[in-house]
Amino acid sequence: MTSEQVRDWIRRFADVVSEHRTELVRLDTAIGDGDHGTNMDRGMKKAVEKLDSTDGGDIGADLKAVGMALVSSVGGAAGPLYGTLFLQMGSASAGKDELDLDGWTAAVEAGVNGVKARGKAEPGDKTMIDAWLPALDALREGGDLGEALERSAAAAEEGMKATTPMEARKGRASYLGPRSVGHQDPGATSTYLLLRAAAETLG
Amino acid sequence: MSVKTMKKLINAPEDVVREALQGMEAAHGDLIRVSYEPAMVVRADAPVQGKVGIISGGGSGHEPMHGGFVGRGMLDAACPGEVFTSPTPDQMLEATKAVDGGAGVLHIVKNYTGDVLNFEMAADLAKGEGIEVEAVVTNDDVAVQDSLYTAGRRGVGITVIAEKICGAAAEEGKSLGEVAEICRRVNGQGRSMGMALTPCITPAAGTPSFELGDDEMEIGIGIHGEPGRYREPLAPASQVVERLATAIVEDLPYESGDNVLAFVNGMGGTPLVELYIVFNELNKFLSGRGITITRHLIGDYITSLEMAGCSITLLKLDDELTGLWDAPVHTPALRWGV
Repeated sequence: MTSEQVRDWIRRFADVVSEHRTELVRLDTAIGDGDHGTNMDRGMKKAVEKLDSTDGGDIGADLKAVGMALVSSVGGAAGPLYGTLFLQMGSASAGKDELDLDGWTAAVEAGVNGVKARGKAEPGDKTMIDAWLPALDALREGGDLGEALERSAAAAEEGMKATTPMEARKGRASYLGPRSVGHQDPGATSTYLLLRAAAETLG
Repeated sequence: MSVKTMKKLINAPEDVVREALQGMEAAHGDLIRVSYEPAMVVRADAPVQGKVGIISGGGSGHEPMHGGFVGRGMLDAACPGEVFTSPTPDQMLEATKAVDGGAGVLHIVKNYTGDVLNFEMAADLAKGEGIEVEAVVTNDDVAVQDSLYTAGRRGVGITVIAEKICGAAAEEGKSLGEVAEICRRVNGQGRSMGMALTPCITPAAGTPSFELGDDEMEIGIGIHGEPGRYREPLAPASQVVERLATAIVEDLPYESGDNVLAFVNGMGGTPLVELYIVFNELNKFLSGRGITITRHLIGDYITSLEMAGCSITLLKLDDELTGLWDAPVHTPALRWGV
């Protein structure tokens, strides 16, 4: 994948978040505070603005710019979590103008490790981690880049759906205890959208 | 009464936070200055040389917390986020720099995942710039019981009291470590619980944060429009207070002979007449257990937009904390002794 494709991925994700803004707000209203769609939409618009104002060519620099834009504009838990994801992905791909599947997998792994360290969530806590971990496993199976990206998006979708019966143990949803059961996690949903956008633009 | 549609005195949802800050700036320019990129409310004479700086922050929609508590004897700066959304690390870093008078800066952080994560990133950034920062996370909400399997108890009413008491300690010239220790002590000796009669509507969402029947109330709510732990049929104020106060008193526990500060807080849509009824019931309840209210605070101080309901916070007092509570404070929302 080229650095221009990575930029297309970010732009595509921004569009998808905008399209799904109401759905993300609805999911977050059920078990959180109802701001996930609004915040991510605001943050991704800032991220795209930042990319459009800079020259491309360095995937690491672009991903770090996206991370900083999210950290300074999203707020909530999603700001530090997605911000950390992109900052760490950027560090892992610093100076690169293209990535193969191994490079992409390494970047995603660094990002997911950053999210785990920042949010301290475990699998099964009903968070975005429940979408990220199966997606990362799917990437590690290797093979053709396009197929691997498609597999990881499908795995994230499964992971996202699997959050519905879980009882939340992190974030505001955890305050609901058993009442969080039966609702799909908004963070896992935006993670799925991010990886679906990756499969559509990076393969 | 169920509130299903948004009726608000606003111009546009996306302008709510900025326009409210402009109003504060216009009204209270003698006490505070306001900046917008990034958004923060800073004490007019900051930084005060040699004094520990104290900042807090959180989503907007809880007014007067936190911006209304900026001024002499309380906060040096507040970082407002979007409505019910944590502020961001760049705001907190700028606020930290703006109030650092060379004695370090205390971050008072409510235990909500977003607030904690953003303040952690901000503290890392501030330390990188050579500013000494301590953070104290408040977590006084007894409605959250199972803290091992949740994000932990939320920081609610005690935050207001901690900001007042720590502000007074900083004015006395106490060190960063001493002010932080007092903050932890206040948090450790404070407990809260809240309830709602109606949900609230965030301007951006436009619809209620949860559904509540006409004959129901929600017990154990937080301050961000999130639902509580359970709901019950409406009950008289005496029973509501007994429900909240029992959970609070038994948790610490508060015991016969204790002196307490009792804070009866309105959630934004409850009239003062009802808060005084709640205070009266609370006073009777505590008297019956041999607990004496020696200081009180009654009114809307940590709100949840237009939510109807209340929260009760108790702080076990000693002479030092009582003295710090009584010390002069001059902010837009709290003012005495000046």
